[in-house]
Amino acid sequence: MERRIVVPGELIIEDETCLPGELTEKRDGKIYSLIFGLAEEQNNLIKVIPLSGAYSPRRGNVVLGKVENLLSSGWLIDIGTPDSAFLSVAEVPRYVNKDALDEVLDIGDIVIAKIWSISKRGIDLSLKSRGLGKVEEGMIFEVNANKVPRIIGKEGSMIKIIKDNTGCNITVGQNGMILIEGEKIEDELYAKKAILHVCDKSYMPGLTDEITKWFNENKK
Amino acid sequence: MNKIRTTPEPTAERMKKYLLEGKRFDGRGLEEYRDLIIEKNVSVKAEGSVKVTLGKTQVVAGVKMSVVEPYGDSPTKGNLMVTAELSPLSSRRFEAGPPRFNAIELGRVTDRGLRESGFIDFDKLCIKEGEKVWNIFVDIYSLNDDGNLMDAATIAAIAALKIAKIPEYDEKTDKINYEKLTDKNIPLTDHVPIAVSVHKLGKSLIVDPTREEEDVSEARVTIGSSNGTISSLQKSNSAGIPIEEMKKIFEISTKISKEIFEKLKKSIK
Amino acid sequence: MKIKNKMTKKFERFDKRGLTELRDTEAKVGVIPNADGSAMFRSGKTIAIAAVYGPRKMHPQHQQNPKTGQLRVDYNMLSFSVSERIRPGKNRRAKEIGEVTKWALEPVLMLEKYPNQVVDVFIDILQADAGTRVAGINAASMALAHAGIPMKGLITSISVGKLDKTLVVDLTKEEEDFHEGEGPTDIPISMTQDGKITHMQLDGKISVKQLQDAVDMATEACKKVYQIQVDALKKTVEEKE
Repeated sequence: MERRIVVPGELIIEDETCLPGELTEKRDGKIYSLIFGLAEEQNNLIKVIPLSGAYSPRRGNVVLGKVENLLSSGWLIDIGTPDSAFLSVAEVPRYVNKDALDEVLDIGDIVIAKIWSISKRGIDLSLKSRGLGKVEEGMIFEVNANKVPRIIGKEGSMIKIIKDNTGCNITVGQNGMILIEGEKIEDELYAKKAILHVCDKSYMPGLTDEITKWFNENKK
Repeated sequence: MNKIRTTPEPTAERMKKYLLEGKRFDGRGLEEYRDLIIEKNVSVKAEGSVKVTLGKTQVVAGVKMSVVEPYGDSPTKGNLMVTAELSPLSSRRFEAGPPRFNAIELGRVTDRGLRESGFIDFDKLCIKEGEKVWNIFVDIYSLNDDGNLMDAATIAAIAALKIAKIPEYDEKTDKINYEKLTDKNIPLTDHVPIAVSVHKLGKSLIVDPTREEEDVSEARVTIGSSNGTISSLQKSNSAGIPIEEMKKIFEISTKISKEIFEKLKKSIK
Repeated sequence: MKIKNKMTKKFERFDKRGLTELRDTEAKVGVIPNADGSAMFRSGKTIAIAAVYGPRKMHPQHQQNPKTGQLRVDYNMLSFSVSERIRPGKNRRAKEIGEVTKWALEPVLMLEKYPNQVVDVFIDILQADAGTRVAGINAASMALAHAGIPMKGLITSISVGKLDKTLVVDLTKEEEDFHEGEGPTDIPISMTQDGKITHMQLDGKISVKQLQDAVDMATEACKKVYQIQVDALKKTVEEKE
């Protein structure tokens, strides 16, 4: 089945052997979409890839967030989910003086963190890994979380093209928050433009070729 | 509320640093406006209405008129009432409900800018001295907030007033026929008070900020001027502005006001 | 104004449309960049813009539902959308239409994945020439899909009316105000693609048989409007090519 754009309630395929994947529904041997997105088939499994929509947090996700509040044993971090996530002092890989939490992370600071647990109580973050911690400087902006897989690409292929062509260090949070660090602000803006272009064309097949072409056409 | 969406500190630092080099993220100069588009008659039910698009910022403004008794202390003058609504449509930061401070400020600053400048010839709005005058309502709504709603609102109000036509009024029956507009314009003068807001970001002064830039603005000075003559001024937000910078702001605002006026004239020809 | 043509003595609509003919209809998706989803729907001279924000945390807290997300609709007519200015701010009619719109859309939304959250829909009417709630529902439906909200399908809305004794589709204000003979009857209806009615209202006088016919007419008309909604949604992706 060829990939194509579908709207909610649209009939994707009429095939008894197909299985309804995420965001689809099977009724009387027919598979319908439940969102506006890109319908595709993989080994008889029909899925719809969303083009928009909220961020669904998962364990292991690396995200960027903003410190909202200081509690007695940690920080409340806004990562774009309806409830703020919690970062415990125990999950920070350095000594933290419980009376001076703000010396480590203060309200308004941006952090790169990993989701290590999602429970009824909420989302728990950790900074205990390489590359995690407070963001001191860089260009930060936000895209829709559903575009992140395209920005990273299969096995990181897309983000690698962008990094190579701009010379920037890029951290893509699964929640759609992105950090770019380059030598010059121009390089960072260039990388941001490339990423926004990927978002614009996210539904296209052969996107890595398209971006490589875009870089060739836009060389400064 | 989602606070993550205000401009993060690291980005703000980058922005201010770039501004010191005379550059902005979208490639504009510090004293450059985004593309300005004015669409006429977005609502045929209004006596005059426009949609103003400034980059991605969108506002609409409409003029409605009615016949009322003049105020006791000005028996020959018509009335003006300007309201502004920050529609919750236009930003995740706005909520439905009664206008909050930003909307009230937007309305009042726009109102003062129009009222004090002599733009509208209120005497010519008199129908019968002491008894009947025209009352003008200008209602402004934001549709998408990507910064600088303040200036977009004034441009929209002025453009709507300029293209508005007075509806048919039967003095004998005291009835207005809104379905029939005469070809008479609202009596306006040459004092067109285009408002240009100047924002202070660190040590730099910019005009027409995007939402991302406006989040980083420490102080804003909105000046309504016409051909170099200032008729209204409002400073907002808390940072103090050194006197030398303030003087520079007067110059920047009035200079750009003339440029915007030219653009406006062209758009509503 | 009479609806019978003086020459032919036959029934004729003011704008000479056929009985089942829609007004000039236009739909565009993605008109408000800040919104999670947005759309404009125009039917003749009636223009509605809808913007969706959400799902997001429901405030005030006491309105939160721990079992499922909720839909909240805010409907607003711009002061200059009608001949006689409407004072800006909430009024009863707007509140009622907001609720009715919510009931029209709710049945197809799948919000169980979003406990304690709300999907906010804001509808602004720019220009009103009858059928404003219908235009609002059509715009909101597209905006919800555009925002990535899981839905069983789109909701399509249309108004059917009776002018004296004749049933017509998609009334203008002139037709709504027509008072001769049996007077006007205005029936806004919203339905899913597979013919489930999620919203219906009636004002006027009509027999059971005619009302049944009206529902059939609405169903046919909705098929045309549905196609316009689908095309507008898909165009957002294709236009970028």
